[in-house]
Amino acid sequence: MNTMRISFLGLVCSVLMVPAAFAGTLDTVKSQGFFNCGVSQGVPGFSNPDADGNWSGIDVDVCRAVSAAIFGDPDKVKYVPLTAKERFTALQAGEIDVLSRNTTWTLSRDAQIGLEFAGVNFYDGQGFMVRKDSGITSAMELDGASVCTNLGTTTELNMADFFRANGMAYEPVVFEKADEVVNAYDEGRCDTYTTDKSGLAAQRTKLADPDAHVVLPETISKEPLGPVVREGDGDWADVVRWSLNAMIEAEEFGLTQSNAQTTCAMTSNPVVARLCGKEGGTGAGLNLGESWSYDIVTKVGNYGDVYEKHVGENTPVGLARAGSPNASYKNGGVLYAPPAR
Amino acid sequence: METDKSKIGSFLFNRSVQGVFYQLITLGLVALGIYYIVTNTARNMLERGLASGFHFLGVESQFDIGMTLIEYSPTSTYFDSFIVGLLNTLLVAGVGILFATIIGFTVGIMRLSSNWLIAKIAEAYVEILRNIPLLLQIFFWYFAVLRALPKPKQSLELYDSFFLNNRGLFIPDTVFGEGSSIIFYLLWLTIIISIGIFIWAKRRQNRTGERFPAFYVSTALILGTFSISLAATGFPVSFEYPELKGFNFKGGVKLIPELVALTFALAMYTASFIAEVVRGGIMAVSKGQTEAAKSVGLKQNLILRLIIIPQALRVIVPPLTNQYLNLTKNSSLAAAIAYPDLVLVFAGTALMQTGQAIEIIGMVMGVYLFLSLFTSLIMNLFNRFMKVDGER
Repeated sequence: MNTMRISFLGLVCSVLMVPAAFAGTLDTVKSQGFFNCGVSQGVPGFSNPDADGNWSGIDVDVCRAVSAAIFGDPDKVKYVPLTAKERFTALQAGEIDVLSRNTTWTLSRDAQIGLEFAGVNFYDGQGFMVRKDSGITSAMELDGASVCTNLGTTTELNMADFFRANGMAYEPVVFEKADEVVNAYDEGRCDTYTTDKSGLAAQRTKLADPDAHVVLPETISKEPLGPVVREGDGDWADVVRWSLNAMIEAEEFGLTQSNAQTTCAMTSNPVVARLCGKEGGTGAGLNLGESWSYDIVTKVGNYGDVYEKHVGENTPVGLARAGSPNASYKNGGVLYAPPAR
Repeated sequence: METDKSKIGSFLFNRSVQGVFYQLITLGLVALGIYYIVTNTARNMLERGLASGFHFLGVESQFDIGMTLIEYSPTSTYFDSFIVGLLNTLLVAGVGILFATIIGFTVGIMRLSSNWLIAKIAEAYVEILRNIPLLLQIFFWYFAVLRALPKPKQSLELYDSFFLNNRGLFIPDTVFGEGSSIIFYLLWLTIIISIGIFIWAKRRQNRTGERFPAFYVSTALILGTFSISLAATGFPVSFEYPELKGFNFKGGVKLIPELVALTFALAMYTASFIAEVVRGGIMAVSKGQTEAAKSVGLKQNLILRLIIIPQALRVIVPPLTNQYLNLTKNSSLAAAIAYPDLVLVFAGTALMQTGQAIEIIGMVMGVYLFLSLFTSLIMNLFNRFMKVDGER
């Protein structure tokens, strides 16, 4: 009887007990020794697993940079592949700590669904891909087309806007998984495949005959893609935001993965010295070690290193950086990081 | 003193008192648990800046849907997108149930055939289809159909009015012009009269033993009135033919390949289970029933209709209900092949755009629960109708 009463009491107490205030994500991450990063199910150049299950891409490198900043080791990350549909729920539910999965920054996502965007690591825009033999040269010729796309993305809204604004009809064919979109387009279910242009370039490598397809010149939307964290944890958002900013600023001041060691040893430039962790005490403000930005540059690379390695002109994705918004503001792009000081 | 104590004791240890006491405690704990979950969820959502409530249903959705049974555009509301998804789910479930029943009964009866080849074909059908996961079958039919069909410009055609290509099946649409409403009123009237004839014929047969050819009479009545009224009003019916314009056919009725593949896969898969249910039901009717019916001189088709099927149906209907429920719920696999059902449109696109997972998933779960309970209700009523008089 006694044991029963005690267990009853315990049950009642556990039900009534108010959970203790949430520990900050940064503290939790530090004590568990890793964090979870939500990535795509395979977009070449952005986040894509190799045959051994190692993830790579510019989205993956944002997570690696965060890991390097916290632990001095870029590989303390567990990658969680997510569909576009699952990604926000996974972040809200705490299944992942950072979402780095070519996600567009929009007002409704920022304001309504409990997300905080930590910056932009790729400026993109939505485009259309068609078969070369269709003879189409402009998106304005797509009246009446069947359009294959992915569920749960801004592309669904953009194409509705685009066709409505231009008084054209279309038939949306919406799949849950990116691979099924590519497959259906390849089988001829649709006249055109639409997603962000970087995504088109990446997915094109998966088509049976990539050269038989062409991306139309029009860009119908703005798609600033970047890492996302849960709303309401400013410290953690700061770590992610400044990890990305450090990569951009390192490039601006010529600090690359290959020259960082020697440059840091002999630099007299105060900005570079701060990035090298030699002065300024920036780490303390972020609750990180003083070498946080040095670790990012030496272990992951600066923005330019990462871009050229994964999506640059010498990769299968082959996106030229010069002349695109992703060039540094000094070269006519819009890539600009606030000063890390 | 002692007697008082023992009275209280006997009250406390009374079995029915204890029973009520524990039920009250359990009920209280369950209520407390629900209260805790609800308030905790609400607080967490507020803390994380998540929007809540159902205001979003009245907001413009701003996305388009590939197949809609009602008028829908990007300026329609999220509630409209809910209705579009719901109707598409009902369509695929309804048509799927119809075909699954027809194929299932056919295969089930084939399996009992004394012809070796027919029985083995039916057996192979059942064993192959029910043992392959449904999702794989859906993918198979979808991509097999897509690959086999030509592009719009090389469509297969029939009489310049039916077209088949990898964008779907296009058939002429019937357009009813002015003055055609009278035809439909007459059609309904004759259908109601026919039901009356059936009831009257049954009563007369019970009273006098004489049979009346109710089926032929009512068919003649309905078709006759329909064609006479068509002729009398001067055929106010025209057809709208599909035409190749730009990328694809316009006009007429369009069946998208996703709908065809999904319906086909669901019907074929569920039919393999229904076939086994039907076979079991028929085998459950004892041979003596057939022999007795033969000995009173009934013909073969009457034996089936009056003796075997009514008894078999009592065994068939409850498990058949299960299969109908399964088919309806399995139709949510539509998302895999881009058929815009409730899950894809509402629990997919609408959820993504609003981020209101709890409200939307709650609504979708409610819909499936309602559909399932409604299907069981109908089938239970049917079962009661089929029961032998005097049996409980």
